[in-house]
Amino acid sequence: MASENVKTFTDADFGDSVKNGVVLVDFWAEWCAPCRRLEPTVNQLAADYNGRLTVAKVNIDENPMTPSKFMVRGIPTLLLFKNGDLKETVVGLSSKDDLSKIIDKHL
Amino acid sequence: MNTDRQVIIIGSGPAGLTAALYAARANLTPLVIEGIEAGGQLMLTTMVENWPGYRDGIMGPDLMVELRAQAERFGAEIIQGDVDSVDLSKRPFTLSVGKTRYTAQTLIVATGASAKWLDLGVDKKLSGRGVSTCATCDGFFFKGRPVAVIGGGDTAMEEAIYLAKLATSVTVIHRRETLRASKVMQDKAMSMPNISFVWNTDVVDIKDVDKGEVTSLVLRNNQTGEQSELAVDGVFIGIGHVPNTRLFQGQLAMHDNGYLKTHDGSRTSVAGVFAAGDVQDHIYRQAVTAAGSGCMAAIDAERFLAEHESDASSTAVSEARA
Repeated sequence: MASENVKTFTDADFGDSVKNGVVLVDFWAEWCAPCRRLEPTVNQLAADYNGRLTVAKVNIDENPMTPSKFMVRGIPTLLLFKNGDLKETVVGLSSKDDLSKIIDKHL
Repeated sequence: MNTDRQVIIIGSGPAGLTAALYAARANLTPLVIEGIEAGGQLMLTTMVENWPGYRDGIMGPDLMVELRAQAERFGAEIIQGDVDSVDLSKRPFTLSVGKTRYTAQTLIVATGASAKWLDLGVDKKLSGRGVSTCATCDGFFFKGRPVAVIGGGDTAMEEAIYLAKLATSVTVIHRRETLRASKVMQDKAMSMPNISFVWNTDVVDIKDVDKGEVTSLVLRNNQTGEQSELAVDGVFIGIGHVPNTRLFQGQLAMHDNGYLKTHDGSRTSVAGVFAAGDVQDHIYRQAVTAAGSGCMAAIDAERFLAEHESDASSTAVSEARA
């Protein structure tokens, strides 16, 4: 289920894409059942924070370099960047409220 | 959405969704609060070969999609979210999900069980950095690398078999001398050339927290006390489950191991609260027994409502007056 507020990043554009502002990146794959569970939460965050937070997804099958660069060894993993710096790593499933608290710290 | 309900079901595994199916067919329009781990443990499995009626097996996640659709077909309402607190001191029971409050004349607890961690502290720190409780989620990252699996039950064997197809080697570390896993799973694991077993051994440490990735395990033979180190890039924990009962502490009677106590079918220590599935079953723990107990809970809830119809309507009248 695609959401209009959620972008798609790739290995090619990742570095530039997280350079500005607060960016939440969801690492996922088709075969990952927990990733599918997290997807609606991520989509809702994108809608709630529209304009204040960039939300993007990285398909790890198609983009193996980026997860390896950030030592992602399990999915779903969410990384939060602020002006290019990695600020938060959230592994596994979390509730929308818990994720909001983590995001709010950096806005 | 109507937040005053005849039946609320917490959990959306085989127990919760079967309870929803039966309650929906009894015209009770149940509300299912699915929880963070929606779909339950079957969402993390691959082929389920012991669910009756599928001679060739069915994929766990596919089975849950079917169960969910079947419950919805008859009018069950399923919402995302995790219950933050419950008040079971009086009927209707109150539940909080984020900022929303729900009330329920009857409650079916089907919150299941979650994977147990090692209790080393370091395993959680390295979660997603090489330590995992889900081979089907994270096995991908260990293609062509050596990994270990901790445990000796069906979960551990399933993880080992799955990982053996990806990893160079899979070392199963078990604290006993024999496996607890079913014969079929044992034979399958034993037949794979790149799975080896280390018996009578505990994991005492996982390295390397400073590097932020798994590099090795420190092992201790529990017969001889001898310590050794095993170099691996990933470690998968399959040592069992803990029931998700924290929400009900002090409100529902539990066994010493934290599982909910039930009596006379699915009844808990509070009248009107029923429990189904792994949250109350530390013996069988099968998808099909969970589904069976979900059915029992729905029927018990339906009968309870019928018996208490008069006091439910009197509550409604007094609320209408107030």
